[in-house]
Amino acid sequence: MTTITHEDHHDHKPQGFLNRWVFSTNHKDIGTLYLVFALLMFFIGGAMAMIIRAELFMPGMQLVQPEFFNQMTTVHALVMVFGAVMPAFVGFANWMIPLMIGAPDMALPRMNNWSFWILPFAFTMLVSTLFMDGGAPAGGWTLYPPLVLQTGDSFIFAMFAIHMLGISSIMGAINVIATILNMRAPGMTLLRMPLFVWTWLITAFLLIAVMPVLAGAVTMLITDRFFLTSFFNAAGGGDPVLFQHIFWFFGHPEVYIMILPAFGIISEIIPTFARKPLFGYTSMVYATVSIAFLSFIVWAHHMFTVGMPLGAEIYFMLATMMISIPTGVKVFNWIATMWRGSMTFETPMLFALGFVVLFTIGGFSGLMLAIVPADFQYHDTYFVVAHFHYVLVTGSVFALMAGTYYWLPKWTGHMYNERLGKWHFWLSVVFVNVLFFPQHYLGLAGMPRRIPDYSPQFADFNMLSSIGGFAFGLTQLMFVYIVWKCARGGETATAQVWEGAKGLEWTVPSPAPFHTFETPPKIDDSVVAHGNHM
Amino acid sequence: MADQQVDPQTERKAVQRKANRRTLRRLILISIGMFGFGFAMWPLYEIFCDVTGFGGRGVQEVAADDIQHYQDQREITMRFDATVNSGLNWQFEAVDSAKTVQLGKLSVASYTSINISDEPVIGHAVFNVAPPEASLYFVKTECFCFTEQLLLAGEKKDMPVTYYISPDLPDDIESITLSYTFFKNIPATLAYNNAAKKEISNQPNPNNITTNDTRARGE
Repeated sequence: MTTITHEDHHDHKPQGFLNRWVFSTNHKDIGTLYLVFALLMFFIGGAMAMIIRAELFMPGMQLVQPEFFNQMTTVHALVMVFGAVMPAFVGFANWMIPLMIGAPDMALPRMNNWSFWILPFAFTMLVSTLFMDGGAPAGGWTLYPPLVLQTGDSFIFAMFAIHMLGISSIMGAINVIATILNMRAPGMTLLRMPLFVWTWLITAFLLIAVMPVLAGAVTMLITDRFFLTSFFNAAGGGDPVLFQHIFWFFGHPEVYIMILPAFGIISEIIPTFARKPLFGYTSMVYATVSIAFLSFIVWAHHMFTVGMPLGAEIYFMLATMMISIPTGVKVFNWIATMWRGSMTFETPMLFALGFVVLFTIGGFSGLMLAIVPADFQYHDTYFVVAHFHYVLVTGSVFALMAGTYYWLPKWTGHMYNERLGKWHFWLSVVFVNVLFFPQHYLGLAGMPRRIPDYSPQFADFNMLSSIGGFAFGLTQLMFVYIVWKCARGGETATAQVWEGAKGLEWTVPSPAPFHTFETPPKIDDSVVAHGNHM
Repeated sequence: MADQQVDPQTERKAVQRKANRRTLRRLILISIGMFGFGFAMWPLYEIFCDVTGFGGRGVQEVAADDIQHYQDQREITMRFDATVNSGLNWQFEAVDSAKTVQLGKLSVASYTSINISDEPVIGHAVFNVAPPEASLYFVKTECFCFTEQLLLAGEKKDMPVTYYISPDLPDDIESITLSYTFFKNIPATLAYNNAAKKEISNQPNPNNITTNDTRARGE
């Protein structure tokens, strides 16, 4: 197939639904599959969040049983982390990385197909646990033993689903690394690559380093439950705290897996709409590498209260605080990029600005949580919930929205409805703060997380938070409508789409043809967005 | 035009394919290595516990005759904690919740257990010491946790621990908590009850025949 000459197949798509989508090896189609799947999961996980907020609307038990509430918090997290945010970023990687580095496709197209098609099966299995005897896992997404070992029949299904997700992520990561290292067009040196490609390269290495560790932890849970091992069983000489160490050795790099590609997207969008090159490109690359390195040596700040030696607590506190240095470099670089730029505020830029401000708030609350004595008060409260939703919703999800609006004209060939896009942004940004900001106060006042009922002094802030939650959830339906309308039609997009956009992806027509860069493009300063000049 | 392009193109693709396979192989190896690293964290954690005394790991067990200890005027507070795992139907308590002890002096901590179930049960106690580094200075000469404990239905048993705290204990540690959790030893309990049943009913029954058959097959 690859020997067909360029002219023959400008838009030579496979015929039939099965051939086009199920057997697809085309990076753009697989990217679309990932993105559509992630959106579906975003709404499934979102529906669970709505149940959680509905139950917490008032004190007392109103709607659901406590066991079901706990299943909701657990499965909501697993679906959002592994089903929505991670696959969405892989979707962006599939679509954009080959376009950005001038490659005809991903390096290993068949494996690409496989890594996507594992996901629907894994999630069918995971979500089906809700309907099993004893219900879905309810011990939290962190799967701490001994609680998780008390899960009913669904335990093995959930564990196997997590194994499959891990395999899918590892294959996706291998593909990204192979593509970036081997498939770049001549002249696209590493330090000329767009920042989105850089952040994904590092994310992919993080995935390869930590997803197998999670698989190991899950395997140990399985053998503890079924084969009488005692890795985490105190009666047999094991230690449940060991699980927390293994889990967070995976879990902390995992949170950077979910935010580094977001940094990449934002670093593409802000220069375009500020009409200035990215400030401090090289320092951005080094900052990303530093964050990735630090992510491996700070894991125990998730478990300060297990009873660690004082020296370990001080070390993990200081190492954690050190992360704010490279992160600060990034935030200041974004601000410096906008400084004296000719800024316009289209929807992608609005989401990017929302990201910079609100992610930074999440960063600050993270800094507060890093302080050991303070963490003993905040641990397992709504303050933690507020913190990680600021970095994941107004961080990762806002970056995904920004990226979608930014590249949607390239994907569909049509402009989306700018007026509706702006409404979507403003409603989202208002309600997401109504939803999560009060949770800081709830946490500081001592409201524990993962509890379906609370004492009456928390009532007002919870009601406010729930109202924000429902409104934020409804607002996201606008996103589906806007994307759907844009896919169906609309004003025709030019190749460059945005006046200030630079980079290889804007040199191909909109919509991007089924096959691009079959012959490597010529790279010169006029098309490269960032990096060293030739 | 197409002909001129095919050659360098095909060559480039072949080079890329080779490079991709090499990358794939290396990354799969790294993934497998990291899977192994997840398991390696278990022995690493054991070493960490041995060095820091974490999880009560520093506690030394010595025979009563072998003690070489000297006494110190310094006194600290010992606290005693007793927990029963939900799988075990026993009452297990520390007689004193706290006690002042002199460093280096042999002391006894008293615990009591009552089996409130209606059948004999074998239990097994697991201990921990807080703060973790204190366990490095904790020496036991006798403890009910050294062996499995059998309690008949309704039986009550005193369970003493003889110990001393080394006078080398760092000055900043003013109190130490010794904590025990009793777990049911399920296989041992089952074996004990089966053996007891067999002894009581000495007549042959289908169960015994099955056991004999198994033994015969084993030989």
